[in-house]
This record gives sequence, C-alpha cells and structure tokens, in this order.
Amino acid sequence: MTPLLKVENISKFYGNRIGCQDVNFDLFPGEVMGIVGESGSGKSTLLNCLAGFLTPETGEVLFEMRDGDMRDTVTMSEPERRMLSRTDWAFVHQHARDGLRMNVSAGGNVGERLMAVGARHYGNIRAEAVDWLGRVEINETRVDDRPTQFSGGMQQRLQIARNLVTGPRLVFMDEPTGGLDVSVQARLLDLLRGLVREMGLSAIIVTHDLAVVRLLADRLMVMKDGHVVETGLTDQVLDDPQHAYTQLLVSSVLQV
Amino acid sequence: MAMIEINNLSKTFTLHNQGSAVIPVMEGANLTVARGECVALTGASGAGKSTLMRMIYGNYLAAGGSILVDGLDVAQAEPREILTLRREVLGYVSQFLRVVPRVPTLEVVAEPLLSVGVEKETALARARVLLTQLRIPERLWGLSPTSFSGGEQQRVNIARGFAHTYPAMLLDEPTASLDAANRATVLGLIEDAKARGAAIIGIFHDEAARDQVCDREIDVSVYTPRAQ
Repeated sequence: MTPLLKVENISKFYGNRIGCQDVNFDLFPGEVMGIVGESGSGKSTLLNCLAGFLTPETGEVLFEMRDGDMRDTVTMSEPERRMLSRTDWAFVHQHARDGLRMNVSAGGNVGERLMAVGARHYGNIRAEAVDWLGRVEINETRVDDRPTQFSGGMQQRLQIARNLVTGPRLVFMDEPTGGLDVSVQARLLDLLRGLVREMGLSAIIVTHDLAVVRLLADRLMVMKDGHVVETGLTDQVLDDPQHAYTQLLVSSVLQV
Repeated sequence: MAMIEINNLSKTFTLHNQGSAVIPVMEGANLTVARGECVALTGASGAGKSTLMRMIYGNYLAAGGSILVDGLDVAQAEPREILTLRREVLGYVSQFLRVVPRVPTLEVVAEPLLSVGVEKETALARARVLLTQLRIPERLWGLSPTSFSGGEQQRVNIARGFAHTYPAMLLDEPTASLDAANRATVLGLIEDAKARGAAIIGIFHDEAARDQVCDREIDVSVYTPRAQ
C-alpha cells in the first residue's frame, strides 16, 4: 500500500516566530490521524499548510492523485489546488459558519458542492442533498431552512454533509467538536466514525480534546512550540506517553 | 511456529514530571505460546502481568527485546501494522468496556466483525448468538452499553472480544465478577477458541478457572527487576 499523503519537512514561520517546523509524516488510505497540543502549539498552522490555506516556507505536501501520481500541493497552481479541494479534499472548520453559506438553505449548502464538481440536474442534486441531510440526522423538513435557524450541533452536521457529499478521499478537521455540548459531541463523534469507516476516508483531526482522539484517531501526533514531540498509535501515546510534555498533557485531564 | 514469541523483553517507565524517576518494571522476559495453547500469567499485584499484556497488544512501548505475534514484531512495528494485527489476528478482552457513547450494544459486539469485512447481517447474527449466550436480555441490545451495570458491561466486552475468531487472544480477568452460569459460558468460549487453534494468554485470579482452561502458568515476578 502506498501513502495517500506524504508530508516532508514542512516549516512555517510568522516573522521570527515558529508556526511549525520540520514536520514529517505519511498518511495511508483509511487512516485517521489526530494532532494534539495546547493552544499555540502549531497544530492549526500545520493543518492550514496541509490544506493549502497557508503556504509553508519549506517542505512538500505530496498527495496521491486519482491517477496514482504523487503531486506536491504546495507548488501546484492555485486553480489546480482549488479543484482538488472540491473533489478530493474536505475541510471541516471548528465554527460551522466558516464552512457554510449562512444565507443559503441547508439543501443549497449541500447542493452547491455538487454543482461545483459539475452536477447540473436539479432533481438529482436535491435528492442527493436530502439523502445527505438524512445521513447527518437532519430531518428532510428542514431542507429549505437556512443554517442560521439551526442549533450549533445541527450546523456542524450540515457542514459535514456539505463537505462529504462529493466523496472526498481526505478530510481535514479543525476542532470539529469544539464548542459543542458533550451530548452533542458524542453524537457527532459516532456519526464521524461511521462515515469514516463506510467511505474509507483518510482524515487529519486537530483537537485539544484527548477523549475525541482516543475514539476517532488511529494514530496521534503531539505538538509543542511548533515541533512534533511524539508520535505513535493513539492508545499507546495516551497510555504510555514517552515525552515530558505528553506526560503532562495526559496527566492534566480531569477525570469525571 | 509459535503464534506468540517473546524474547528478552524489558520495560521501564520514565516519569519526566516527577523528578525524572526511572522505574524498571520488567527485564529479560521470555514467553512462547503455541496455537491451541492457553498460558496463564501469575504473580502478585504489581508483578507486571497487565504490563506484559499491554506490551503484547502494543499499548505500552517495550524498552528492549522482541514480541513476535504471528511473525510481526510488535516492539518495532509501525502503528498501522499493529492496527491490522489487532483487527485480524490479536484480540484483547480488557476489564473495562470502552466504546463510543450512543452506539447500540448489538453494533458494539458486531463491530470487530464488520471491521474485518464480514457482511452486516452475518456479523449481527453472530452478535445476537453471543449476547444470548452471555445472557444479556434482548431488550437491552438496542441500547448503548455505557448505561449498563458493571457485570453487563463486562459481558458485552467479552461478547465483543469473541465475535471475531482471532488466532491469538489476550484475556484480562475474563471471569472476574461473573455469576456461575456466565462464568461457565466464558470458560466454554475460551475452550472453543483453544479447540480452533487460538493461542491465548490470560490473567485469572479465579484459580479454578485457570486450572480448567490453562495448559501452563508463567510467574511474571521472575522478570521483575530486583532493587540494586
């Protein structure tokens, strides 16, 4: 098996400050990798470099195209990268409003993504949109409502539907359960896990919630001050952390 | 070839935030388990029985030595190789159930089968058989086990652990806190697994259970490093 994504020596600086430095890893098809670390550790910077929102100073982000070629997404042209982000990638933002069109109906939010990849038949688009709203547990009767009329958890599920409707191969998630009630979080986690397995998705999830990565991620990367300090199997890193910072992180979680 | 072969295994814990204390917990451990064999780990609490099991499962990192499970050295393997091993070859029944909230019991039990590609109906049918055998009332199957009693959760955990016919299994106190009837069921499941050729390592404080299903005992306290 060959990796879907090969990340080599990615560094990003903000002036003299380090955003992230010398990050390397491979992600294989169907694998879910979690990135944890405190605020300011560079995990969101890294995610944004991988997803093409930020340009790293050094390094390559090699992505396996559908024809099997490994292409560097850092150096590819903007239109090419934009097409990739519609067809093969998805990005789930922490705040649903950053990933949704708030003044377009729920059905329109999902349908728009399909139209962006060439769907034109209104009936098919609407049917597919309704199907996806069902999969993320949004009732068909809400298809013409705008996201502004939805609760936070529903908005997040709508964002996921909008992102996954085009059948991407790689999903980036930035704190997908942040700011939601724990009961809503659990529901979202269950949903994400099911979708990842059914669709064979690869995913990179940035979060500071260790319980979320334990349930969702196969592998874990721990970041501190822009550097990766530890990587490994998720349960191994959480149950037998080797680095001082990871030990501190794991022992700082409040038990309920 | 042995299914599980452990050579010269050692383990230390370094507590960086507690004065960088280095605690050696295991040294020079050797163990071989053949197909169809069940080996009990014995030794007082703290001797390292669970630590050894967790290392075999890849949950704890080995400090040195090798842990071959079906030919893969868990002490050196990549995370994804260990995940494949866990999915297909090596089952683990821990003492505690850890599941995503909200997933119904029937699916929790069927999940290991679904993840190796078994058809959904076949997987659910097998889950129903196991839940019936372990006396989980049918009215609970559609509910999440997170709200069950301790004993029920343990039985769901066992059902899940035995859903897929793993060639190798780790069992951590599988009969603890079970009533006589369920205990007999679990011992039956272990004997069936042995009969189909599974290599099993178990921790049993229940001596009668150990005598019934285990072929050998390994006292892990001989691998506990002595204070200098």
